[in-house]
Amino acid sequence: MSVSPAAPPARTAERPARALLYSEQIFGVCAAEVQKLHHDPFELFTRAVQPVIWLLLFGEAMARVRGLATGNMSYIDFISAGILTQSVLFVAIFYGIAAIWERDLGILHRYLVSPAPRSALVIGKALSAGIRGLSQAAVVYVLAGLLSVAISLQPLHLVLMVLFIIAGAALFATFSLIVACLVKTRERFMGIGQVVTMPLFFASNAIYPLTIMPAWLRAVARINPLTYEVDAVRALMLRGGTSSFGVGTDFAVLAVVFAVLVAIAARLYGRMGS
Amino acid sequence: MEPARPPDAAALPAQAGGGPTVIDATVIDATVIDVRKLTHRFGTFVAVDHLSFGVGRGEVFGLIGANGAGKSTIVRMLTTLLPVTSGGAIVAGYDLVKQPGEVRKHIGYVPQLMSADGDLTAFENLLLSARLYGIPQREIRPRVEEALAAMDLTPFARRLVKGFSGGMIRRLEIAQGLIHRPAILFLDEPTVGLDPAARHAVLDHLARLRAETATTILVTSHYMEEIEELCDRLGVLKEGRLVAVGSPAELEARIGPGATLDDVFAALAGEEAGPAETQAYRDVRLSRRAARTHG
Ligand SMILES: Nc1ncnc2c1ncn2[C@@H]1O[C@H](COP(=O)(O)OP(=O)(O)O)[C@@H](O)[C@H]1O
Ligand SMILES: [Mg+2]
Repeated sequence: MSVSPAAPPARTAERPARALLYSEQIFGVCAAEVQKLHHDPFELFTRAVQPVIWLLLFGEAMARVRGLATGNMSYIDFISAGILTQSVLFVAIFYGIAAIWERDLGILHRYLVSPAPRSALVIGKALSAGIRGLSQAAVVYVLAGLLSVAISLQPLHLVLMVLFIIAGAALFATFSLIVACLVKTRERFMGIGQVVTMPLFFASNAIYPLTIMPAWLRAVARINPLTYEVDAVRALMLRGGTSSFGVGTDFAVLAVVFAVLVAIAARLYGRMGS
Repeated sequence: MEPARPPDAAALPAQAGGGPTVIDATVIDATVIDVRKLTHRFGTFVAVDHLSFGVGRGEVFGLIGANGAGKSTIVRMLTTLLPVTSGGAIVAGYDLVKQPGEVRKHIGYVPQLMSADGDLTAFENLLLSARLYGIPQREIRPRVEEALAAMDLTPFARRLVKGFSGGMIRRLEIAQGLIHRPAILFLDEPTVGLDPAARHAVLDHLARLRAETATTILVTSHYMEEIEELCDRLGVLKEGRLVAVGSPAELEARIGPGATLDDVFAALAGEEAGPAETQAYRDVRLSRRAARTHG
């Protein structure tokens, strides 16, 4: 019997086939999460309460404090970008608790016995956090519009905005998943969650500019991925908004951090079942 | 100068496999689970102790043991969820320790705890499994429908699983475990926590699966009578070791004339106190919690 001539083409076709399979696995995980939201949209509304409170109470009050160097921007404009990012962050952090919940119930095991690469599972969950993030962002946009924040509705800005919200939510959801894999119980996660999210938020440019920070805090903020997310959101959300680092740099920072976090989370997630 | 070796001694290693002890090639081919000195330790506690057994293709093999005997630990190792402390296994032709990814492609698993997501419908649960297992896009829908029909769940396909009874959830989980047509299906206490009617429904479906497909099944239970009819062979497990392996008839004969499988179980596996009890409590607590949120 001679060697089949069909063999070499079959082998070269393997790589795109594997990439397609990988993306289908990511899609499968993400789609299941979106279906859950579809069955229980009430959760989306309850989660929207938080940014509303921040904007209406904190934002409106702080807007009366003059002397926060927000450049040519009004404070309410300035902080609406920060609050949008914050609400996306808080939605994403919820993913760690969901992972612990799935582990306790046993649902996690169905993912881990499947041949899907662990990174595909992690990315699928992370992207679904992006979908939730988008619904949060929509709430902030509407509310900010009502507060006559100078919102930019340029199509390019909106498209990039979607990209940044998904990237930011995915990044922090993955971070949250890593924490969940390490602490393993809901109680400990809640404790750690507070300890981690608050500094993330306050050591960033979300509610005050980097320029008013003491040097040490500014140094911390510069290595905080949230700062880059806020920087881009501020440039894209507002008419005449500007970015300090450049939107391209912001995206590159988020993408690199996300890739590193996915690599770590994929390793830890695989062991979460034992 | 090298000492001259007798020629046949040099040939011996090669011959060891070809001598009178050689296993018939068809038998080698037919062994789909080959467990060799498999061991798992939780800290210093040995939960599974140098376990060896084989399961042939198409065979239904039951692992029986009291709570805490190590059944779930064995199944979780064989399904790649728990690391192997020492020893190993060949599962569906692949090395459990070296090729866990290949093993995963060829097995299905129905865990003792929940594996269906209560916040999704039955259809969506199966869709998720189909996508995770890389079933080609075009085949997904027919496969999902076929799986639903096989487990008599078609009328409930679009309902949220948290409204399902325990027996329906189990059947859905079996459907999930079979959607990629695995060579081996692992079922860990598939009837635990079910009322008698649901229990029979699940066992009937497994019997049908056995009759209609060549799927090899490894099923655990702490209730011998229940799975005796389903199994070709049984292994009786006690404190992480197999104390007896054989067909139901062989095991009964071993105890003496007129012995039932319950007698076999009592004689060989005897209930143990101690760590087993904490485990039993944990199982009950977890299955109740699952029942509360999803039942
Ligand atoms: N995560 C764990 N840590 C420590 N001991 C465990 C753990 N899981 C199970 N065990 C112990 O290992 C033994 C076997 O447990 P398991 O395999 O669940 O038994 P079975 O499924 O037969 O009821 C039990 O004594 C149990 O207490
Ligand atoms: Mg068990």
